[in-house]
Amino acid sequence: MPTLTRLYVKTSLLYLAAALALALVLALAQTTKLPALLAAAGPTYFHLFLVGWATQLIMGIVFWMFPKWSKERPRGNERLAAVVYGLLNVGLLLRVVSEPARAVSPAALWGWLLALSALLQWLAGIGFVANTWGRVKER
Amino acid sequence: MPRLSVWFIRLALAYLATGFTFGALLLANKGLAFAPLLWRLRPTHIELLLVGWMVQLAMGVAFWILPRFQASRGDVRPAWLALALINLGIGLVALGLVVDLGGWNVVAGRLAELAAVAAFAWHAWPRIKPIGQ
Ligand code: HEM
Repeated sequence: MPTLTRLYVKTSLLYLAAALALALVLALAQTTKLPALLAAAGPTYFHLFLVGWATQLIMGIVFWMFPKWSKERPRGNERLAAVVYGLLNVGLLLRVVSEPARAVSPAALWGWLLALSALLQWLAGIGFVANTWGRVKER
Repeated sequence: MPRLSVWFIRLALAYLATGFTFGALLLANKGLAFAPLLWRLRPTHIELLLVGWMVQLAMGVAFWILPRFQASRGDVRPAWLALALINLGIGLVALGLVVDLGGWNVVAGRLAELAAVAAFAWHAWPRIKPIGQ
């Protein structure tokens, strides 16, 4: 398994643990009143799960196992795949911090950080699609 | 990979690109509130990514790598039907973005998606077996 795949897969497992830990905390809302910061973290939980774990795991395995791009560059642009990893994770972590923060603080900074998070994750998605499209082909 | 998987997976990638675009617009708007109308993208964002990206990718990869019968993948017609139905379903649900059909498009879309899953299961069921049997 390529080094970059290991990085994707191990990071995705950390997100899975983080998502379920947050889910545990959010479940306490059934029994106690959560602070506003946590009460705003519902969508954060979903995206830790679906972007941080599921989509990131898929990206790592696809990089490893999909048909070869070409003989010379079997995994497409490896540098782009590494950049996608960075964009996705910095983008998602920015969301994890600023989405709940925005709900409790009027500071404009959090809004801008959310927009930056959106841009980084979007670039990651587009980069992944661009680097994968050519590997989806009939033999 | 077989042609049907190419269709499933390329469509899944297209939904990933569109779904991430909608998600990014939603998130930027959640931060900066520049166009409240964008909030209407939310249900379509969820549909494109959960069904269009994840379910469809799983179908495409499953059709490609599940065990075969010698060289044959068995009866592939239900799997092609699943491709048509799942995309019909996603399209019907997404239609709510442009016309208000009182939610009936979502009902019809979910029905098509259910039928897609049934058709896919019909194809895949016998292939879920030990290799070589
Ligand atoms: C595979 C990827 C994704 C899936 C399956 C997914 C799924 C979902 C789901 C299930 C919800 C509803 C959450 C809730 O009710 O709390 C949601 C909402 C949302 N998603 Fe995503 N999403 C994905 C990626 C993204 C990305 C990449 C972004 C941004 C760049 C994004 C931005 C949003 C926003 C802003 C909302 C609305 C949050 C709110 O209600 O306040 N999503 N998405």
